[in-house]
Amino acid sequence: MRGLTWRDVARHLLKNPLSLTGLVIILSLGILAILAPYISPADPYLTDPINKLQPPDHKHLMGTDGLGRDILSRVLHGTRISLWIAFLILLVAGTLGTVVGIVSAYLGGFWDNVLMRITDVFMAFPQLILAMAVAAALGPSLTNVVLAISFGAWTVFARLARSRAIAVREEDFVEAARACGASHLRLIFKHILPLALSPVIVQGTLSMGGIILTAAGLGFLGFGAQPPTPEWGLMVSEGRNFMPQAWWVSTFPGLAIMITVLGFNLLGDGIRDILDPKTR
Amino acid sequence: MLGYIVRRLGWMLLVLWGVMTITFFVARVIPADPVGAILGPQAPPEAIELEKKRWGLDKPIYIQYARYMSSLLRGDLGISLRTRRPVLQDIAQFFPATVELALAALIISLIFGISVGVVSAVYPGRIVDHASRVFAIVGLSMPAFWLGLLLLLGFYYKLQWLPGPGQLPYWMPRPPRVTGFLFLDAFIARDWAALVSYLKHLILPAFTLGWISTAAIARITRASMLEVLREEYIKTARMKGLKESRVVMRHAFKNALLPIITIIGIRLASLLEGAVLTETVFAWPGLGRYATHSFLSIDFNAVVGVAVFTAFLYAFCNLVVDLFYAYLNPKIRYV
Repeated sequence: MRGLTWRDVARHLLKNPLSLTGLVIILSLGILAILAPYISPADPYLTDPINKLQPPDHKHLMGTDGLGRDILSRVLHGTRISLWIAFLILLVAGTLGTVVGIVSAYLGGFWDNVLMRITDVFMAFPQLILAMAVAAALGPSLTNVVLAISFGAWTVFARLARSRAIAVREEDFVEAARACGASHLRLIFKHILPLALSPVIVQGTLSMGGIILTAAGLGFLGFGAQPPTPEWGLMVSEGRNFMPQAWWVSTFPGLAIMITVLGFNLLGDGIRDILDPKTR
Repeated sequence: MLGYIVRRLGWMLLVLWGVMTITFFVARVIPADPVGAILGPQAPPEAIELEKKRWGLDKPIYIQYARYMSSLLRGDLGISLRTRRPVLQDIAQFFPATVELALAALIISLIFGISVGVVSAVYPGRIVDHASRVFAIVGLSMPAFWLGLLLLLGFYYKLQWLPGPGQLPYWMPRPPRVTGFLFLDAFIARDWAALVSYLKHLILPAFTLGWISTAAIARITRASMLEVLREEYIKTARMKGLKESRVVMRHAFKNALLPIITIIGIRLASLLEGAVLTETVFAWPGLGRYATHSFLSIDFNAVVGVAVFTAFLYAFCNLVVDLFYAYLNPKIRYV
């Protein structure tokens, strides 16, 4: 991020049509998520067996599922769940990773080595398998999806924060603060952390798409949200049974996942371009 | 080179020890009540005690850990609670189907990914480049399980061009098991009908699994090609009057291969992950589907077995890529 201010980043992003599209998608989804309870045409949990598996029409824009629930309302509420889950994972994994990375860089030497080797071990697992194992051990639920994915996802942030913190550690102002008698904790959190944070935030944006996909995958496989929660991955899985006749039950929640992930990937791509002009 | 290999192997052993420790933690320490989960909530306390003894769960945690490690090191993964067979035998049975699926997916993604990547690097900023970029980013954004369902809907249910889930139609007997790889077994048995049917069954899942990697390979090929095409020796080659196709293929592509090989190593791991979802959608009798079923029924021996096995596999893939890379690029060996 050297030499680039947040204002530069914003200007670049707005100039690039792809990343602008991504930004618009994410903002719209955010608004939909907030407004979901007010704009949903029906209660996402309300079953109506007589009108089950209705194809999309003016009354149910995305049709109804196997229990007669309005799919549009469920997809809208699912936006809240997916974004919230992804945000929580980013928060947990980002915080844990940043702390490990910075402490590792700050301590250096033996402890740096130990912490980074632990990071390597966590990276040695295929992430989905690790998340599945943790989710199975904890029992399937949305909260446990957050823990399960964070369990493996913090490593990327740890490596990034460490490499940035190593550079910051050597700066004169850190030395000055140390000379003034600042404590270790103060040096880490007040002086090094703020400067090591920007690559972590960038990586966070880049990871969002993957995190949402993994969370939806866990939901699809049955390790995440349990019925009747309107979680997108779970909804796609529920629609499988009606696949040949009622294509809309699985298709719309899946489309919602794709659009959300696309939004984050487009934005992430724009940010990557700014950071690495070679790919432009 | 030998020193590098030894160091790299020693490092791999350390990582594998860490992997086994984390797996122990996940499968034996995190679950609050593993026995209760197996026996169900209504189990009488005596039965729970008995089961705990049988599993050694009544012992202190460090003794459990020591036992766990020693049996793993002897290659004993225990008995699966769900299938009632040794976990290792289960893995050996289901793994070949995953390998065949992953290889087919890799071939598809290499063919499409490299051609798309090369073409868009040769015409940067043109329509082809933009189109392939949009294609790549849409590909990366698509949930594999959803794509699989859509393909099934279109090509199986609606058009009926391709067969549905599974490896063979239910009425067709499986060729005798020799290698475990259905492709080879059908070949050995000279069962051409089964071979053709199997290949048809393979198309949709392989495409589903390959799709995501296609996007990633296209992206890395483009970036790598762009970098190489800017080099001086490419200019020299062009000035010598060589044909553009020759410059691109012989001079540029060969040198752009290094990052592509790396990404293949990384993709192998993600193919394994994607296999979990793809196999579930296509009822493919592979390791991913086995993992899902055992993990969902909290079959802890199977969880440990699959997690450790996949991590081994992953470490092995990384090792091969690293060694190959060091062989191609001598600078790395001395870091």
